[in-house]
Amino acid sequence: MNTPEELRYTSSHEWSRLEADGLVSVGITDHAQQALGDIVYLDLPQPGRKVSAGQDCAVVESVKAASDIYAPVAGEIVAANAELAAAPETVNSDPYGAWLFRIRPDNVADLDGLLDAGAYRQVAESESH
Amino acid sequence: MVPFSGWDMPLHYGSQIEEHHAVRRACGIFDVSHMLAVDVEGSAALAFLRALLANDAARLDHAGRALYACMLRDDGGVLDDLICYRRGDACYRLVVNAGTAEADLAWLRAHAGISGEAPEIRARRDLAMIAVQGPTAQATLATAIPAARELLAGLRPFHAAALAELFIARTGYTGEDGFEILLPAERAVALWNDLQSAGARPCGLGARDTLRLEAGMNLYGQDMDQSVSPLESGLAWTVDLSGERAFIGRDALTAIASPRAFLGLLLLDPGVLRAHQAVRTRHGEGVVTSGGFSPTLQRSIALARLPAGSVAGEEVTVDIRGRSLRARVVKPPFVRHGHAMVEL
Repeated sequence: MNTPEELRYTSSHEWSRLEADGLVSVGITDHAQQALGDIVYLDLPQPGRKVSAGQDCAVVESVKAASDIYAPVAGEIVAANAELAAAPETVNSDPYGAWLFRIRPDNVADLDGLLDAGAYRQVAESESH
Repeated sequence: MVPFSGWDMPLHYGSQIEEHHAVRRACGIFDVSHMLAVDVEGSAALAFLRALLANDAARLDHAGRALYACMLRDDGGVLDDLICYRRGDACYRLVVNAGTAEADLAWLRAHAGISGEAPEIRARRDLAMIAVQGPTAQATLATAIPAARELLAGLRPFHAAALAELFIARTGYTGEDGFEILLPAERAVALWNDLQSAGARPCGLGARDTLRLEAGMNLYGQDMDQSVSPLESGLAWTVDLSGERAFIGRDALTAIASPRAFLGLLLLDPGVLRAHQAVRTRHGEGVVTSGGFSPTLQRSIALARLPAGSVAGEEVTVDIRGRSLRARVVKPPFVRHGHAMVEL
Protein backbone atom coordinates (compact mmCIF):
# COMPACT_ATOMS: atom_id res chain seq x y z
CA MET A 1 0.00 0.00 0.00
CA ASN A 2 1.45 3.29 -1.16
CA THR A 3 0.75 6.38 1.01
CA PRO A 4 2.92 9.36 0.01
CA GLU A 5 4.19 11.33 3.00
CA GLU A 6 3.47 14.77 1.50
CA LEU A 7 -0.31 14.22 1.24
CA ARG A 8 -3.14 14.56 3.77
CA TYR A 9 -5.80 11.89 4.18
CA THR A 10 -9.30 11.22 5.47
CA SER A 11 -10.54 8.09 7.20
CA SER A 12 -12.95 7.74 4.26
CA HIS A 13 -9.92 7.16 1.99
CA GLU A 14 -9.57 10.44 0.10
CA TRP A 15 -6.18 12.06 -0.32
CA SER A 16 -5.68 15.86 -0.51
CA ARG A 17 -2.80 17.79 -1.99
CA LEU A 18 -2.32 21.53 -1.53
CA GLU A 19 -1.22 22.84 -4.92
CA ALA A 20 1.01 25.89 -5.51
CA ASP A 21 -2.02 27.95 -6.58
CA GLY A 22 -3.73 27.40 -3.22
CA LEU A 23 -6.25 24.87 -4.57
CA VAL A 24 -6.67 21.42 -3.01
CA SER A 25 -6.63 18.43 -5.37
CA VAL A 26 -8.63 15.42 -4.14
CA GLY A 27 -8.41 11.76 -5.16
CA ILE A 28 -8.79 8.31 -3.63
CA THR A 29 -5.96 6.38 -2.00
CA ASP A 30 -4.10 3.36 -3.28
CA HIS A 31 -5.76 1.34 -0.52
CA ALA A 32 -9.20 2.53 -1.68
CA GLN A 33 -8.64 1.72 -5.35
CA GLN A 34 -7.42 -1.75 -4.41
CA ALA A 35 -10.47 -2.35 -2.26
CA LEU A 36 -12.87 -1.09 -4.95
CA GLY A 37 -11.36 -3.10 -7.79
CA ASP A 38 -11.48 -2.06 -11.44
CA ILE A 39 -12.98 1.42 -11.69
CA VAL A 40 -15.32 1.94 -14.62
CA TYR A 41 -17.18 5.21 -14.09
CA LEU A 42 -16.78 8.54 -12.28
CA ASP A 43 -19.58 10.89 -11.34
CA LEU A 44 -17.79 14.20 -10.72
CA PRO A 45 -19.16 17.42 -9.20
CA GLN A 46 -20.05 20.55 -11.16
CA PRO A 47 -17.56 23.42 -10.74
CA GLY A 48 -19.06 26.25 -8.73
CA ARG A 49 -20.65 23.97 -6.18
CA LYS A 50 -20.10 24.84 -2.49
CA VAL A 51 -19.28 21.88 -0.27
CA SER A 52 -18.81 21.43 3.44
CA ALA A 53 -16.20 19.12 4.96
CA GLY A 54 -17.42 15.53 4.88
CA GLN A 55 -20.14 16.22 2.32
CA ASP A 56 -20.52 13.63 -0.45
CA CYS A 57 -19.75 15.27 -3.77
CA ALA A 58 -18.61 12.57 -6.21
CA VAL A 59 -19.16 8.87 -6.89
CA VAL A 60 -16.60 6.29 -7.99
CA GLU A 61 -18.13 3.20 -9.58
CA SER A 62 -16.10 0.04 -9.81
CA VAL A 63 -17.09 -3.31 -11.27
CA LYS A 64 -18.09 -4.11 -7.69
CA ALA A 65 -20.04 -1.16 -6.37
CA ALA A 66 -20.64 2.57 -6.24
CA SER A 67 -18.74 4.51 -3.57
CA ASP A 68 -19.36 8.05 -2.37
CA ILE A 69 -16.43 10.45 -2.27
CA TYR A 70 -16.48 13.12 0.44
CA ALA A 71 -15.03 16.62 0.39
CA PRO A 72 -12.05 16.60 2.77
CA VAL A 73 -12.38 20.33 3.49
CA ALA A 74 -15.05 23.01 3.04
CA GLY A 75 -14.86 25.26 0.02
CA GLU A 76 -15.90 25.64 -3.59
CA ILE A 77 -15.40 23.04 -6.29
CA VAL A 78 -13.48 24.83 -9.01
CA ALA A 79 -12.57 21.96 -11.35
CA ALA A 80 -13.51 18.37 -12.16
CA ASN A 81 -11.06 16.15 -14.01
CA ALA A 82 -12.87 15.55 -17.32
CA GLU A 83 -9.86 13.75 -18.78
CA LEU A 84 -10.00 11.26 -15.94
CA ALA A 85 -13.74 10.74 -16.41
CA ALA A 86 -12.94 9.55 -19.94
CA ALA A 87 -10.34 7.06 -18.64
CA PRO A 88 -11.51 6.05 -15.14
CA GLU A 89 -9.15 3.05 -15.02
CA THR A 90 -6.35 5.58 -14.42
CA VAL A 91 -7.57 5.74 -10.82
CA ASN A 92 -6.38 2.13 -10.47
CA SER A 93 -3.06 2.54 -12.23
CA ASP A 94 -2.06 5.95 -10.82
CA PRO A 95 -4.23 6.77 -7.77
CA TYR A 96 -2.14 9.76 -6.65
CA GLY A 97 -1.89 11.26 -10.13
CA ALA A 98 -5.62 10.81 -10.71
CA TRP A 99 -7.22 13.82 -9.02
CA LEU A 100 -11.01 13.81 -9.21
CA PHE A 101 -11.75 17.46 -8.42
CA ARG A 102 -10.16 20.60 -7.02
CA ILE A 103 -11.48 22.68 -4.14
CA ARG A 104 -10.74 26.31 -3.30
CA PRO A 105 -10.71 25.85 0.49
CA ASP A 106 -12.53 28.31 2.72
CA ASN A 107 -9.67 27.95 5.14
CA VAL A 108 -6.36 26.41 4.08
CA ALA A 109 -5.59 25.60 7.72
CA ASP A 110 -8.41 23.00 7.60
CA LEU A 111 -5.93 20.71 5.87
CA ASP A 112 -3.95 20.50 9.09
CA GLY A 113 -6.94 18.78 10.68
CA LEU A 114 -6.69 15.84 8.24
CA LEU A 115 -4.69 12.66 8.82
CA ASP A 116 -1.01 12.47 7.96
CA ALA A 117 0.37 9.45 6.10
CA GLY A 118 1.24 7.52 9.26
CA ALA A 119 -2.18 8.00 10.83
CA TYR A 120 -3.93 7.05 7.59
CA ARG A 121 -1.86 3.89 7.25
CA GLN A 122 -3.16 2.82 10.66
CA VAL A 123 -6.74 3.42 9.56
CA ALA A 124 -6.25 1.47 6.34
CA GLU A 125 -4.47 -1.40 8.05
CA SER A 126 -7.11 -1.72 10.73
CA GLU A 127 -9.72 -2.09 7.97
CA SER A 128 -7.71 -4.73 6.13
CA HIS A 129 -7.87 -7.12 9.08
CA MET B 1 -11.88 -12.68 0.20
CA VAL B 2 -15.55 -12.20 0.99
CA PRO B 3 -18.04 -14.31 2.92
CA PHE B 4 -20.51 -16.00 0.55
CA SER B 5 -23.24 -18.32 1.86
CA GLY B 6 -20.97 -19.61 4.60
CA TRP B 7 -17.88 -19.89 2.41
CA ASP B 8 -14.89 -17.58 2.11
CA MET B 9 -14.50 -16.80 -1.58
CA PRO B 10 -12.16 -14.56 -3.56
CA LEU B 11 -13.82 -11.64 -5.33
CA HIS B 12 -10.87 -11.60 -7.70
CA TYR B 13 -7.27 -12.81 -7.86
CA GLY B 14 -5.92 -9.42 -8.99
CA SER B 15 -8.11 -7.81 -11.64
CA GLN B 16 -11.74 -8.71 -12.13
CA ILE B 17 -11.78 -7.23 -15.64
CA GLU B 18 -8.69 -9.18 -16.74
CA GLU B 19 -10.27 -12.36 -15.41
CA HIS B 20 -13.46 -11.57 -17.30
CA HIS B 21 -11.59 -11.08 -20.57
CA ALA B 22 -9.59 -14.28 -20.01
CA VAL B 23 -12.85 -16.26 -20.08
CA ARG B 24 -14.15 -14.48 -23.19
CA ARG B 25 -10.84 -14.86 -25.07
CA ALA B 26 -9.07 -17.95 -23.71
CA CYS B 27 -9.77 -19.91 -20.52
CA GLY B 28 -10.58 -19.13 -16.89
CA ILE B 29 -11.13 -21.44 -13.93
CA PHE B 30 -13.49 -20.98 -10.99
CA ASP B 31 -13.57 -22.80 -7.68
CA VAL B 32 -17.30 -23.38 -7.33
CA SER B 33 -17.08 -25.99 -4.61
CA HIS B 34 -19.61 -24.00 -2.62
CA MET B 35 -22.31 -25.44 -4.86
CA LEU B 36 -23.74 -28.71 -3.61
CA ALA B 37 -24.28 -31.91 -5.56
CA VAL B 38 -27.27 -33.95 -4.41
CA ASP B 39 -27.61 -37.48 -5.73
CA VAL B 40 -31.14 -38.80 -6.16
CA GLU B 41 -31.29 -42.53 -6.80
CA GLY B 42 -33.68 -45.44 -6.85
CA SER B 43 -36.55 -46.74 -8.91
CA ALA B 44 -38.73 -43.81 -7.80
CA ALA B 45 -36.13 -41.14 -8.62
CA LEU B 46 -37.63 -40.03 -11.92
CA ALA B 47 -41.21 -39.82 -10.64
CA PHE B 48 -39.93 -37.87 -7.64
CA LEU B 49 -38.04 -35.33 -9.79
CA ARG B 50 -40.99 -34.95 -12.16
CA ALA B 51 -43.09 -33.94 -9.16
CA LEU B 52 -40.50 -31.61 -7.61
CA LEU B 53 -39.13 -29.74 -10.65
CA ALA B 54 -40.94 -27.28 -12.93
CA ASN B 55 -39.01 -28.61 -15.91
CA ASP B 56 -39.69 -32.22 -16.88
CA ALA B 57 -36.90 -34.62 -15.90
CA ALA B 58 -38.44 -37.11 -18.35
CA ARG B 59 -36.80 -35.01 -21.07
CA LEU B 60 -33.56 -36.59 -19.93
CA ASP B 61 -34.09 -39.46 -22.36
CA HIS B 62 -30.59 -40.86 -22.07
CA ALA B 63 -27.85 -41.04 -19.47
CA GLY B 64 -25.50 -38.06 -19.67
CA ARG B 65 -28.12 -35.44 -20.53
CA ALA B 66 -28.56 -32.34 -18.37
CA LEU B 67 -31.60 -30.15 -17.70
CA TYR B 68 -31.86 -26.66 -16.17
CA ALA B 69 -34.86 -26.43 -13.85
CA CYS B 70 -36.47 -24.51 -11.02
CA MET B 71 -37.80 -26.06 -7.84
CA LEU B 72 -40.94 -24.24 -6.71
CA ARG B 73 -43.06 -23.71 -3.64
CA ASP B 74 -46.76 -24.44 -3.79
CA ASP B 75 -47.39 -20.75 -4.54
CA GLY B 76 -45.01 -20.84 -7.52
CA GLY B 77 -42.15 -18.98 -5.78
CA VAL B 78 -38.68 -20.17 -6.79
CA LEU B 79 -36.94 -22.19 -4.07
CA ASP B 80 -33.87 -22.66 -6.22
CA ASP B 81 -32.62 -23.04 -9.76
CA LEU B 82 -30.48 -26.07 -10.44
CA ILE B 83 -29.07 -28.40 -13.04
CA CYS B 84 -30.33 -31.97 -13.05
CA TYR B 85 -28.03 -34.55 -14.67
CA ARG B 86 -29.10 -38.06 -15.55
CA ARG B 87 -26.22 -40.35 -14.67
CA GLY B 88 -27.86 -43.72 -15.22
CA ASP B 89 -31.21 -45.45 -15.39
CA ALA B 90 -32.44 -44.49 -11.94
CA CYS B 91 -29.59 -42.26 -11.00
CA TYR B 92 -29.73 -38.47 -11.07
CA ARG B 93 -27.54 -35.67 -9.75
CA LEU B 94 -28.77 -32.18 -8.87
CA VAL B 95 -26.32 -29.29 -8.49
CA VAL B 96 -27.85 -26.57 -6.32
CA ASN B 97 -26.86 -23.13 -5.04
CA ALA B 98 -24.81 -22.81 -1.85
CA GLY B 99 -27.14 -20.32 -0.17
CA THR B 100 -30.16 -22.57 -0.61
CA ALA B 101 -28.49 -25.97 -0.19
CA GLU B 102 -29.73 -26.70 3.33
CA ALA B 103 -33.27 -25.57 2.60
CA ASP B 104 -33.26 -27.55 -0.66
CA LEU B 105 -32.22 -30.73 1.12
CA ALA B 106 -34.90 -30.24 3.75
CA TRP B 107 -37.50 -29.67 1.02
CA LEU B 108 -36.41 -32.69 -1.00
CA ARG B 109 -36.45 -34.93 2.07
CA ALA B 110 -39.80 -33.58 3.27
CA HIS B 111 -41.32 -34.50 -0.09
CA ALA B 112 -39.44 -37.77 -0.59
CA GLY B 113 -42.66 -39.79 -0.57
CA ILE B 114 -44.61 -37.54 -2.95
CA SER B 115 -44.71 -40.11 -5.74
CA GLY B 116 -44.87 -43.26 -3.67
CA GLU B 117 -41.65 -44.98 -2.78
CA ALA B 118 -38.95 -42.55 -1.56
CA PRO B 119 -35.72 -42.27 -3.52
CA GLU B 120 -32.36 -42.15 -1.80
CA ILE B 121 -31.24 -38.52 -1.40
CA ARG B 122 -27.56 -38.00 -0.67
CA ALA B 123 -25.75 -34.67 -0.20
CA ARG B 124 -22.30 -35.02 -1.73
CA ARG B 125 -20.28 -32.68 0.47
CA ASP B 126 -17.28 -34.87 -0.29
CA LEU B 127 -17.16 -33.44 -3.81
CA ALA B 128 -15.45 -30.25 -4.95
CA MET B 129 -16.33 -28.48 -8.19
CA ILE B 130 -14.15 -26.60 -10.64
CA ALA B 131 -15.53 -24.71 -13.67
CA VAL B 132 -13.27 -24.42 -16.72
CA GLN B 133 -14.71 -21.80 -19.08
CA GLY B 134 -13.75 -20.08 -22.29
CA PRO B 135 -13.09 -20.73 -25.99
CA THR B 136 -9.94 -22.72 -25.20
CA ALA B 137 -11.49 -24.62 -22.26
CA GLN B 138 -11.51 -27.97 -24.06
CA ALA B 139 -7.83 -27.83 -25.04
CA THR B 140 -6.80 -26.52 -21.63
CA LEU B 141 -8.70 -29.20 -19.77
CA ALA B 142 -7.32 -31.89 -22.10
CA THR B 143 -3.80 -30.72 -21.27
CA ALA B 144 -4.55 -30.88 -17.55
CA ILE B 145 -6.27 -34.30 -17.81
CA PRO B 146 -4.74 -36.08 -20.83
CA ALA B 147 -6.88 -39.17 -20.20
CA ALA B 148 -10.02 -37.07 -20.80
CA ARG B 149 -9.00 -35.81 -24.25
CA GLU B 150 -11.31 -38.04 -26.28
CA LEU B 151 -14.17 -37.80 -23.84
CA LEU B 152 -14.03 -33.99 -23.96
CA ALA B 153 -13.96 -33.92 -27.75
CA GLY B 154 -17.12 -36.05 -27.89
CA LEU B 155 -19.03 -34.40 -25.04
CA ARG B 156 -21.96 -32.33 -26.35
CA PRO B 157 -23.18 -29.13 -24.68
CA PHE B 158 -25.45 -29.79 -21.68
CA HIS B 159 -24.20 -33.34 -21.39
CA ALA B 160 -22.01 -34.99 -18.78
CA ALA B 161 -19.87 -38.11 -18.53
CA ALA B 162 -17.90 -39.91 -15.85
CA LEU B 163 -14.19 -40.60 -16.06
CA ALA B 164 -13.15 -42.76 -13.11
CA GLU B 165 -13.97 -40.57 -10.09
CA LEU B 166 -14.40 -37.41 -12.16
CA PHE B 167 -17.83 -36.20 -13.26
CA ILE B 168 -17.35 -33.90 -16.25
CA ALA B 169 -20.23 -31.77 -17.55
CA ARG B 170 -20.22 -29.44 -20.55
CA THR B 171 -22.12 -26.74 -18.70
CA GLY B 172 -21.33 -23.35 -17.24
CA TYR B 173 -22.39 -19.91 -16.16
CA THR B 174 -20.47 -17.66 -18.53
CA GLY B 175 -21.98 -17.87 -22.02
CA GLU B 176 -18.82 -19.54 -23.32
CA ASP B 177 -17.96 -23.13 -24.08
CA GLY B 178 -16.77 -24.85 -20.94
CA PHE B 179 -16.92 -27.62 -18.41
CA GLU B 180 -17.84 -28.12 -14.79
CA ILE B 181 -15.97 -30.91 -13.05
CA LEU B 182 -17.08 -32.58 -9.84
CA LEU B 183 -14.35 -34.56 -8.13
CA PRO B 184 -13.32 -35.77 -4.68
CA ALA B 185 -12.39 -32.71 -2.67
CA GLU B 186 -8.91 -34.06 -1.87
CA ARG B 187 -8.08 -34.09 -5.59
CA ALA B 188 -9.29 -30.55 -6.33
CA VAL B 189 -6.09 -28.68 -5.52
CA ALA B 190 -4.03 -30.89 -7.84
CA LEU B 191 -6.47 -30.37 -10.73
CA TRP B 192 -6.56 -26.62 -10.06
CA ASN B 193 -2.75 -26.47 -10.21
CA ASP B 194 -2.65 -28.58 -13.38
CA LEU B 195 -5.19 -26.27 -15.03
CA GLN B 196 -3.12 -23.24 -14.09
CA SER B 197 -0.01 -24.91 -15.49
CA ALA B 198 -1.97 -25.54 -18.68
CA GLY B 199 -2.61 -21.80 -19.00
CA ALA B 200 -5.99 -21.28 -17.32
CA ARG B 201 -6.45 -18.07 -15.35
CA PRO B 202 -8.00 -18.26 -11.85
CA CYS B 203 -11.18 -16.15 -11.69
CA GLY B 204 -13.13 -14.92 -8.68
CA LEU B 205 -16.75 -14.25 -7.83
CA GLY B 206 -16.60 -10.79 -9.42
CA ALA B 207 -15.83 -12.06 -12.92
CA ARG B 208 -18.33 -14.88 -12.43
CA ASP B 209 -21.00 -12.23 -11.86
CA THR B 210 -20.15 -9.99 -14.83
CA LEU B 211 -19.83 -13.01 -17.13
CA ARG B 212 -23.19 -14.48 -16.15
CA LEU B 213 -24.83 -11.05 -16.40
CA GLU B 214 -23.50 -10.60 -19.96
CA ALA B 215 -24.74 -14.12 -20.70
CA GLY B 216 -28.21 -13.13 -19.46
CA MET B 217 -28.19 -15.82 -16.77
CA ASN B 218 -30.10 -15.31 -13.53
CA LEU B 219 -28.52 -15.21 -10.09
CA TYR B 220 -30.67 -16.82 -7.42
CA GLY B 221 -31.43 -14.47 -4.53
CA GLN B 222 -30.99 -11.45 -6.75
CA ASP B 223 -32.96 -11.99 -9.97
CA MET B 224 -35.46 -14.37 -8.42
CA ASP B 225 -36.29 -15.89 -5.07
CA GLN B 226 -39.22 -17.40 -3.18
CA SER B 227 -41.32 -14.29 -3.73
CA VAL B 228 -41.52 -14.54 -7.54
CA SER B 229 -42.41 -17.20 -10.05
CA PRO B 230 -40.14 -18.36 -12.86
CA LEU B 231 -42.66 -16.87 -15.31
CA GLU B 232 -41.73 -13.40 -14.04
CA SER B 233 -38.02 -14.17 -13.94
CA GLY B 234 -37.26 -14.85 -17.59
CA LEU B 235 -37.44 -18.57 -16.89
CA ALA B 236 -40.70 -19.52 -18.61
CA TRP B 237 -38.60 -21.59 -21.02
CA THR B 238 -37.65 -23.86 -18.11
CA VAL B 239 -41.24 -24.52 -17.08
CA ASP B 240 -42.85 -27.47 -18.83
CA LEU B 241 -46.62 -27.11 -18.71
CA SER B 242 -47.25 -29.60 -21.51
CA GLY B 243 -49.34 -32.63 -20.69
CA GLU B 244 -50.91 -33.37 -17.34
CA ARG B 245 -47.76 -33.76 -15.24
CA ALA B 246 -48.48 -32.64 -11.68
CA PHE B 247 -45.58 -30.76 -10.07
CA ILE B 248 -45.36 -28.53 -7.03
CA GLY B 249 -46.27 -24.97 -8.01
CA ARG B 250 -48.04 -25.83 -11.25
CA ASP B 251 -51.49 -24.66 -10.20
CA ALA B 252 -50.12 -21.33 -9.00
CA LEU B 253 -48.28 -20.75 -12.28
CA THR B 254 -51.31 -21.39 -14.43
CA ALA B 255 -53.26 -18.87 -12.31
CA ILE B 256 -50.93 -15.95 -13.17
CA ALA B 257 -52.89 -13.86 -15.66
CA SER B 258 -50.44 -11.26 -16.97
CA PRO B 259 -46.92 -11.90 -15.73
CA ARG B 260 -44.43 -9.07 -15.47
CA ALA B 261 -41.71 -9.08 -18.10
CA PHE B 262 -38.11 -9.93 -17.29
CA LEU B 263 -35.70 -8.41 -19.79
CA GLY B 264 -32.33 -6.78 -20.23
CA LEU B 265 -31.42 -3.09 -20.12
CA LEU B 266 -28.61 -1.37 -21.99
CA LEU B 267 -27.74 1.99 -20.49
CA LEU B 268 -27.53 4.68 -23.18
CA ASP B 269 -26.18 7.48 -20.94
CA PRO B 270 -22.90 7.25 -18.97
CA GLY B 271 -23.28 5.59 -15.56
CA VAL B 272 -23.66 2.17 -14.02
CA LEU B 273 -26.90 0.26 -13.48
CA ARG B 274 -27.19 -1.46 -10.10
CA ALA B 275 -29.69 -3.76 -8.44
CA HIS B 276 -32.77 -2.09 -6.87
CA GLN B 277 -32.73 1.03 -9.10
CA ALA B 278 -36.21 2.05 -10.24
CA VAL B 279 -37.04 1.77 -13.96
CA ARG B 280 -39.73 4.03 -15.44
CA THR B 281 -41.51 2.73 -18.50
CA ARG B 282 -44.64 3.71 -20.40
CA HIS B 283 -46.32 0.67 -18.79
CA GLY B 284 -45.43 1.64 -15.21
CA GLU B 285 -42.50 1.14 -12.88
CA GLY B 286 -40.05 -1.74 -12.82
CA VAL B 287 -36.84 -2.54 -10.99
CA VAL B 288 -33.27 -3.54 -11.83
CA THR B 289 -32.56 -6.96 -10.32
CA SER B 290 -28.90 -7.24 -11.42
CA GLY B 291 -26.80 -4.49 -12.90
CA GLY B 292 -23.22 -3.70 -13.59
CA PHE B 293 -20.60 -2.76 -16.09
CA SER B 294 -20.06 -5.08 -19.04
CA PRO B 295 -16.33 -5.41 -19.73
CA THR B 296 -17.04 -6.93 -23.15
CA LEU B 297 -19.47 -4.23 -24.32
CA GLN B 298 -17.85 -1.39 -22.33
CA ARG B 299 -21.36 -0.33 -21.38
CA SER B 300 -23.55 -0.77 -18.37
CA ILE B 301 -26.12 -3.56 -18.60
CA ALA B 302 -28.78 -5.00 -16.34
CA LEU B 303 -31.52 -7.54 -15.89
CA ALA B 304 -34.81 -5.99 -14.84
CA ARG B 305 -38.32 -6.98 -13.85
CA LEU B 306 -40.63 -4.72 -15.86
CA PRO B 307 -44.38 -4.17 -16.03
CA ALA B 308 -46.41 -6.53 -18.21
CA GLY B 309 -46.42 -5.34 -21.80
CA SER B 310 -42.78 -4.23 -21.82
CA VAL B 311 -40.92 -5.41 -24.89
CA ALA B 312 -37.42 -5.21 -26.32
CA GLY B 313 -36.71 -2.01 -28.24
CA GLU B 314 -38.53 0.35 -25.90
CA GLU B 315 -36.68 3.21 -24.28
CA VAL B 316 -37.00 3.61 -20.51
CA THR B 317 -35.37 5.73 -17.82
CA VAL B 318 -33.56 4.56 -14.72
CA ASP B 319 -33.22 6.64 -11.55
CA ILE B 320 -29.55 6.84 -10.59
CA ARG B 321 -28.76 9.17 -7.70
CA GLY B 322 -31.54 11.58 -8.50
CA ARG B 323 -30.91 11.65 -12.21
CA SER B 324 -32.99 10.05 -14.90
CA LEU B 325 -30.76 8.11 -17.31
CA ARG B 326 -31.92 6.60 -20.59
CA ALA B 327 -31.77 2.86 -21.22
CA ARG B 328 -33.01 0.56 -23.97
CA VAL B 329 -34.92 -2.63 -23.24
CA VAL B 330 -33.18 -5.60 -24.90
CA LYS B 331 -33.65 -9.33 -24.99
CA PRO B 332 -30.80 -11.12 -23.19
CA PRO B 333 -28.21 -12.50 -23.69
CA PHE B 334 -25.92 -9.51 -24.13
CA VAL B 335 -22.89 -11.61 -25.07
CA ARG B 336 -22.54 -15.17 -26.29
CA HIS B 337 -19.33 -16.93 -27.33
CA GLY B 338 -17.36 -13.70 -27.15
CA HIS B 339 -19.72 -11.73 -29.41
CA ALA B 340 -22.14 -8.92 -28.64
CA MET B 341 -25.75 -10.07 -29.08
CA VAL B 342 -27.31 -6.62 -28.68
CA GLU B 343 -26.97 -3.55 -30.84
CA LEU B 344 -24.95 -0.88 -29.04
